[in-house]
Amino acid sequence: MELVCPAGGLPALKAAVDHGADWVYAGLRDDTNARNFPGLNFDDAALGEGIAYAHARSRKVVLAVNTYPQAASWPRWTAAIDRAVALGADAVIIADAGLMRYASRSYPRLELHLSVQGSATSYEAINFFHEHFGVRRAVLPRVLSLAQVELVARRTPVEIEVFGFGGLCVMVEGRCALSAYACGESPNTAGACSPAHAVRWHETPAGLESRLNGVLIDRYSGGERAAYPTVCKGRYAAGGETYYAFEEPSSLNTLELIPEFGRIGVRAVKIEGRQRSPAYVAQVTRVWREAIDSLGKHFAVKPEWSTQLARHAEGSQTTLGAFSRPWK
Amino acid sequence: MKLALGPLLYYWPRAETLRFYEEAAGAADIVYLGEVVCSRRHELALEDWLALGAELAAAGKEVVLSAQALTESEGDLKLVRHAAANGRFRVEANDWGAARLLAGSALWVAGPHLNVYNPQTLAMLAELGATRWVAPMEATRELVAGLCAERPAGLEAEVFAHGRMPLAFSARCFTARRFSRQKEDCGYACLDFPDGMALETREGKPFLVLNGVQTQSAGVYCLVDELEAVRAAGVGVLRVSPQWRDTARVLEVLRAACAGTLSSYDARKALAAISPGKLWNGFWHGRPGMNAA
Repeated sequence: MELVCPAGGLPALKAAVDHGADWVYAGLRDDTNARNFPGLNFDDAALGEGIAYAHARSRKVVLAVNTYPQAASWPRWTAAIDRAVALGADAVIIADAGLMRYASRSYPRLELHLSVQGSATSYEAINFFHEHFGVRRAVLPRVLSLAQVELVARRTPVEIEVFGFGGLCVMVEGRCALSAYACGESPNTAGACSPAHAVRWHETPAGLESRLNGVLIDRYSGGERAAYPTVCKGRYAAGGETYYAFEEPSSLNTLELIPEFGRIGVRAVKIEGRQRSPAYVAQVTRVWREAIDSLGKHFAVKPEWSTQLARHAEGSQTTLGAFSRPWK
Repeated sequence: MKLALGPLLYYWPRAETLRFYEEAAGAADIVYLGEVVCSRRHELALEDWLALGAELAAAGKEVVLSAQALTESEGDLKLVRHAAANGRFRVEANDWGAARLLAGSALWVAGPHLNVYNPQTLAMLAELGATRWVAPMEATRELVAGLCAERPAGLEAEVFAHGRMPLAFSARCFTARRFSRQKEDCGYACLDFPDGMALETREGKPFLVLNGVQTQSAGVYCLVDELEAVRAAGVGVLRVSPQWRDTARVLEVLRAACAGTLSSYDARKALAAISPGKLWNGFWHGRPGMNAA
């Protein structure tokens, strides 16, 4: 089982490599990737240096070009693929079918990964991308149970990658326009969900308020831990009750599922968090490396792993998410 | 300009559903049938939708069978396979699994949940047999015009033109969650919310609507003020999403507005009076969806 770790910049990429990532995923400094945040990501020089660093240590780098190009912006996306190839990236992660076709035709030997933003939740969908573009690996949206992941893995020749740790989308990735609805920018079109420039925090007599483009996402009274205001993590009122209408703020932590992942044929586990610090990347990568390497007959989650990961969880709790489906 | 009645996104009792199509289908040229949102909904089975489709087709309507948007289980795939193999009606693919099942074998519709954002993807779908494309919900005028400008011959473009906006899908059922029920023991809570369950912000502003695993806008997307631009962009079909009341009237008003027998001002006024939320068109203008330009 391979470990795929995030890098929002060169220090994080090096930290991931140094602490045991098999793959590092990264994006360019524009809207061609789904973490299009100010100050984040790579220019050609940094990406080239990062790829050289990883290759010198026999690790791989995959470039995420996983947003959806439109007619006018199409050349920027194909240029991103061209740049990935020119700089020696080992693979690209793509969501858009048209771009996938461009990549497979222009670079028949380029390894293609289907992005989580491609919303492929079934083996039929994944096999579509395999048959048409020779996709080698697919990243599953965070909505499937373990049994469903197993079914997918069994019925496709494509390698299956799942998210194992980090921030959690409640909605199917690639099929959520909630951010665009509130502020005009979504992961599909702008590479950002709840972009920082649209977020405001206000101290009010009623408590700390978080707003997205003016829309009240939540209000926190003393002692409550505030969460970043994505639409799906807010508290709203329905039928006289104010509550987390979608999900309590929590982050994914599936360390305990590693043996199950192995048993059902998951090829790679992905750590979320290109927007997180190099320290996060280093510590989370180290724990997961050790955990994966200890996979054997007597696998058990070590308390110190959990302690270290808990420091990096978003929100106050962690969850197994859709894998265990407490809400099924 | 053709008018399409989009698939029913809510869950209504069987008798109400059949009555709805009796009332509303007559005002549309194209009728999309079938369950798109949740496979647990069973007031109408696929056979019932097919029987209804046969009636509507006999009455001169173009009938399209819409496939479920989010497929997770083998059971979900079975439903999509049955729809794809129905042998009579065109099918609207709403994910790439459905596209795979339909590719090359039949004429089909690339649905709004397929994420077609550029001419290259559209050209590929046309090669695979798609004859109509429905723009994604967040599509701007530029996106639609850019795609239409380069679209393959014989491919029709359709836009969502009236109704609460389908914004997101999840594996979780948020209607069941409101009542602290498990998804698999939901008691079909969504039957009690024929236009979805309203969600307000903590300062009492309408924001979203919960519809099972789907999240919708509280406001109603409406392109009545943009009909000229929509036509100029190359769109040939307007989709009206079913609402609990007055859907036939929405179709009639849009028809009159398209024909020029009703001014856009009067049409907007008429639609505002019969829509379950404020009229918004921000997406078309590249602005937040909950805006009106």
